[in-house]
Amino acid sequence: MSTIARNPSADNAPDRYVDRKRYLWMLSVIWPAAPLIGLYLVSQTGWGIFYALTLIIWYGIIPIFDGLFGNDPNNPPEAAVARLEADRYYRILTYLTVPVHYASLIVSAWWVATQPMAWWEVIALAFSLGIVNGLALNTGHELGHKKRAFDRWMAKIVLAVVGYGHFFIEHNKGHHRDVATPEDPATSRMGESIYKFSLREIPGAFRRAWNLEKVRLERVGKSEWSLSNEIIPPLLLSVAIYTTLILVLGPDPKLLVFLPIQMAFGWWQLTSANYIEHYGLLREKMADGRYERAQPRHSWNSNHIASNLILFHLQRHSDHHAHPTRSYQSLRDFRDLPELPTGYPGMFFIAMVPPIFWSVMDRRVVAWAGGDLGKIQIDPASRKRITRKYGRAREAARIAAE
Amino acid sequence: MARYQCPDCSYVYDEEKGEAHEGFPPHTPWAQVPDDWACPDCAVRDKPDFIPLGMSGIGGVAA
Ligand SMILES: [Zn+2]
Repeated sequence: MSTIARNPSADNAPDRYVDRKRYLWMLSVIWPAAPLIGLYLVSQTGWGIFYALTLIIWYGIIPIFDGLFGNDPNNPPEAAVARLEADRYYRILTYLTVPVHYASLIVSAWWVATQPMAWWEVIALAFSLGIVNGLALNTGHELGHKKRAFDRWMAKIVLAVVGYGHFFIEHNKGHHRDVATPEDPATSRMGESIYKFSLREIPGAFRRAWNLEKVRLERVGKSEWSLSNEIIPPLLLSVAIYTTLILVLGPDPKLLVFLPIQMAFGWWQLTSANYIEHYGLLREKMADGRYERAQPRHSWNSNHIASNLILFHLQRHSDHHAHPTRSYQSLRDFRDLPELPTGYPGMFFIAMVPPIFWSVMDRRVVAWAGGDLGKIQIDPASRKRITRKYGRAREAARIAAE
Repeated sequence: MARYQCPDCSYVYDEEKGEAHEGFPPHTPWAQVPDDWACPDCAVRDKPDFIPLGMSGIGGVAA
């Protein structure tokens, strides 16, 4: 299943680990400024194509780098984790990323409102900014899992950039609990296209987040319509940010088109991540009616170094689900994990073309389940097509097992 | 008052302190915490997974 060489097991190695990626992690901080670098290049050359710089790097160049640089040989032993966690440098990088996201949004909006731009250029910049706003969700994800109150506040502040403050509740308390079960709107089903998935995922995520807060606040004895509802403060912050932008910059028609597109495309990046991270995977129900514990085998991974360096190791996803409060620098790679053929950017791109995505992933899901379609989450509407296509694999597996 | 620890992230529910944010004021006994309550820090383990640690307060941890 694996397309890249796996790292040797580092389970029992003593802590002589030197993090060779230590300074390369700054790429995760610089990357959200990519739209600003694009604007700088436009101002220097006058070429409108640079409005699409982020878009081209993300969907075009990073997948090429993933192919060229491939597997990340660095893997901290378990013994190094406590030391890495205690190193403040890594934490500071995640804090620095927060103002970069604000700068990208504010400068881009200012540019749209004040500089002469063709309509296609406005759209290209909106998509570019949308991509790094998707990454605001990634930064919010990293910070939101931490136990410190300051980190959790930083998470809400950065999530407000993309208008997705409920992610903090939805992801930590919802997705992590329900991952790889039919109850999870953020786990995609085999045969489900990303477009169909998004219609289940986006409203489902909000509903779950709201219900989680409602149940908690009922216990606390407070109204769900209060500032104690952790969804509401970041939501108000989003309203404040966007209202201020429109009031200060003026209701320019290009700006009014630009802002919703960049936000929606930011959400689309999250939808893309949720779509590929657990596609088709299913936890089994135990005798007592609870699902088996989420295992490393219930996430798709990519150990490609290039894309991991701009994603705070999000793609070492199995270890993240095993230890959600663990920081990015300590996440580890393991043998025999469900493996994606390329990093997230390349996967996000092919996800938008469902027949290609299915041809890449469906056989991997079937192999993951040992050919047993009963162990896979299948989209009910696609069950017939999938059984026709892969039913024979199941037969073969049954015969082999006997 | 007893204490219970999340086996994943080492969060500790201490009956003496409770967990006000989650709606369990100090001195809420573990028995009153619902079974489907998930660890407030990692959310990947539920109440039935928690490990009893023994008593809190004077006398320290008697695990
Ligand atoms: Zn925990």
